[in-house]
Amino acid sequence: MTIIDLAKVIPWIPAAAAVFCGFAAVNDRLKNAAGWVCVASIFTAFALTVGIFSSAVGDLSGGKADHAVAPAHDATIALVADTDDSHDDHAHGDGHDKPKPGLVSHTVDVFPWIRVAGLTADVAFFIDPLTIVMMLVITGVGGLIALYANGYMAHDEGRARFFMGVSLFVCAMLLLVMADNLLLLYLGWEGVGLCSYLLIGHYFKHDVAVAAAKKAFIVNRIGDLGFALGIFLIYAELGSVRFDDILPLAKEMVEGTREIPPNLVFAPYLLMLGAFGKSAQLPLYVWLPDAMAGPTPVSALVHAATMVTAGVYLIARMTPVFQLSPGSLELVAIVGGITALYAATIAMSCNDLKGVFAYSTVSQLGYMFMGVALLSVGGVFHLVTHAFFKALLFLTAGSVMHALAGSLDIRTMSGMGRRMPVTKWLMFCGCLALSGFPFTAGFFSKDLILGDAIAKGLVGPEYWWATVAGILGLAAAFLTAFYTFRLWFHVFSGPERFVMGRGHGDEKRQPISDLEAAMIDVAEEEAHEIEAHGGHHATEPHEMPLWPMNLPLFFLAFGAIAGGFLLHKVGPHYIDAMLYRSTQFMAAPDAPHTYLLGIDAHTAVAVISGILAVSGVLLAMLLFAINRGLGQALGAAFRPIGYVFEHGYFVDNAYHRLIYVPLRYTGYVLAAFDQLVIDWAVRLIGLVPVGAGLTIRKSQSGHLQGYGIFMVAGIAVLAAVVFIYALR
Amino acid sequence: MIDPALPSLLPALAVSLSDAALGHFQATAAILFCLGLIGFVTRRNLIVMFLCTEMMFQGVAVSLIAFSVYHGNVTGQTFVIFVLTIAAAEAALALGLVVMLFRRRRTLDAEAWAQLHD
Repeated sequence: MTIIDLAKVIPWIPAAAAVFCGFAAVNDRLKNAAGWVCVASIFTAFALTVGIFSSAVGDLSGGKADHAVAPAHDATIALVADTDDSHDDHAHGDGHDKPKPGLVSHTVDVFPWIRVAGLTADVAFFIDPLTIVMMLVITGVGGLIALYANGYMAHDEGRARFFMGVSLFVCAMLLLVMADNLLLLYLGWEGVGLCSYLLIGHYFKHDVAVAAAKKAFIVNRIGDLGFALGIFLIYAELGSVRFDDILPLAKEMVEGTREIPPNLVFAPYLLMLGAFGKSAQLPLYVWLPDAMAGPTPVSALVHAATMVTAGVYLIARMTPVFQLSPGSLELVAIVGGITALYAATIAMSCNDLKGVFAYSTVSQLGYMFMGVALLSVGGVFHLVTHAFFKALLFLTAGSVMHALAGSLDIRTMSGMGRRMPVTKWLMFCGCLALSGFPFTAGFFSKDLILGDAIAKGLVGPEYWWATVAGILGLAAAFLTAFYTFRLWFHVFSGPERFVMGRGHGDEKRQPISDLEAAMIDVAEEEAHEIEAHGGHHATEPHEMPLWPMNLPLFFLAFGAIAGGFLLHKVGPHYIDAMLYRSTQFMAAPDAPHTYLLGIDAHTAVAVISGILAVSGVLLAMLLFAINRGLGQALGAAFRPIGYVFEHGYFVDNAYHRLIYVPLRYTGYVLAAFDQLVIDWAVRLIGLVPVGAGLTIRKSQSGHLQGYGIFMVAGIAVLAAVVFIYALR
Repeated sequence: MIDPALPSLLPALAVSLSDAALGHFQATAAILFCLGLIGFVTRRNLIVMFLCTEMMFQGVAVSLIAFSVYHGNVTGQTFVIFVLTIAAAEAALALGLVVMLFRRRRTLDAEAWAQLHD
């Protein structure tokens, strides 16, 4: 029993909490304990993960020599070595110059699961640096969100049900990232989909929540079909679903020492479909913005710690397989770039507080896909930093929404900073990180991706796709800074003005859209819960209590501001060094050093995107804080474009027209055929025995003699038949 | 499954029937059956009707035994013994039912129950 074996129990702790919460949901005395059990279970899992992490990291401070050669099944696995390397400021560059660090992974068997005719899929955990990073994010950020949710949901009738969903969500996500084979990963993948359905549909009395939950489930199902087919194909071509088998085989194929099965090149495209569905990329992103119909902590959980990161993880884990197929990583990078820009433009003219953040998630996920596709550590690094600042943004947005009794339209908000100073500055930290303001967490991770993109593009014309993705990303970076601070200045600066949600005031404001109108209903229900909590009927915005709501936000804010610097610049480049030792980079070629405008490409891109971010912030400040009249004038001038953006390029409408409506009318035709043709045929057949019965009924007279005569007649007929045949 | 050795263990049937004798036996059986049938159809007293069905049974039994002896095969006789056994059990049941019916309507007329039809 070594510390790595602790991994055996980690996913089952939240699972046990989920069972407890399930019982608590039907028992009033246990109901209040459910939230705390959920939080405790997630933090226990976090503590165990930290234990594994620290044992795996080994001696960090001592600058000890190389752990890289540690055998895979050694109890301690060295994740970070080469600690004594001097590193210059462009950290990403020097990682490539060194010989590639050794791979470390450790398999922990739990119990045999499926062993049928050559297919082995056990419940076993594959622990490598990528897994540990994911586990830390899921349990750490997830735990903080759950803690906040304890205050947020304190007076919800269904809070035990809610915390059951949260625990199960964390359990499924842990299974997903820890799985040692694709089947177990798929189990977690579907579990995550189920939990998102349950949590998004938490307010199941509202049609919009139910519709959003179904939408999330169905859109995910489309992607999952691709993923399932991808697993089948990989099993058919490689004969195994275990990472221990697949990834080394893929590595040999990439290096050319083994022949590639011809059909295997389709596998990455199928896996990609699953990843795009789960991680809300074009064209399957439509469910994520609607997912805010759930309680706000669910949005934070779905957008930050769990669910959407699954697709990024899948591609990171299967990178060697993706490298087999020419064009697949290129496609991922381009789709990521387009999604990043596309969602940023929508977020720019979105007037819904949570909607802006929802589209920003889609946009940031685009960066992550770009990162994993470019074989850059930035992809997973951005996932980590994004988890911090996006959880922070959603939770502070939840606080604002509560304070305003469910109002979501940022056009009606202004100067909220005086009422909610703590929330104001917490959200400011999140906004800085999201906009990639220099030296915040989002800056380091995003620029690592963009730098790798541009640097790769400079290698040669065959890397045009990296350049395209990089330029799309840079454009999106500017827009991100702009729309983030548009929201922040709109809400927190300027003269104080606010409209309480419809639950309170007499001000009945016109909702932006049907969706928003319905969202407001849901939001008001949420708001009522918080007020009941305070015991007074709030008519004015107020700050959230420190415990348990604002306290976890400070940790998130710390991560959002300092996380990138600590992980990336301090010490032995933890995140880079760790991730280079995961299977993600086992077959990655060394990237050559490139120069842009005479300086190192990474540094140049960092400067450019820093300037873009700052100018985006300043522009937002000019238009939405200093001179609002100018902002409104400009907004009116660009109204037609804004209209297109605001409606999400009418993609939802197009899906409605092209898929929903035709399917529905086909359904009508088939239903009519069913009712008119098939039903009537069956009814006619049914009429035959009815008619026969009506005819024969008369013979049942009730006279015993009558029956006797019938019997005699029967015998006579039989006898006659026998005689006729006998005499012939 | 009949054991093939079984027939040899049984004593051979002592008597055998001529064709003419068989004809007589069959005629007797037919007359018994027809008498019972006519009685069943024409009489309305439940007990008499029941007796008539018994008479039909006996007609069939005679016919079976006659064929059995004629063919030198015990199956028919065995069958008749079963039929008689069951007829006895059924007689007890049927007479009990008749008593019950009588108690309800104070009459043995079968027509009293005619409204039990469909």
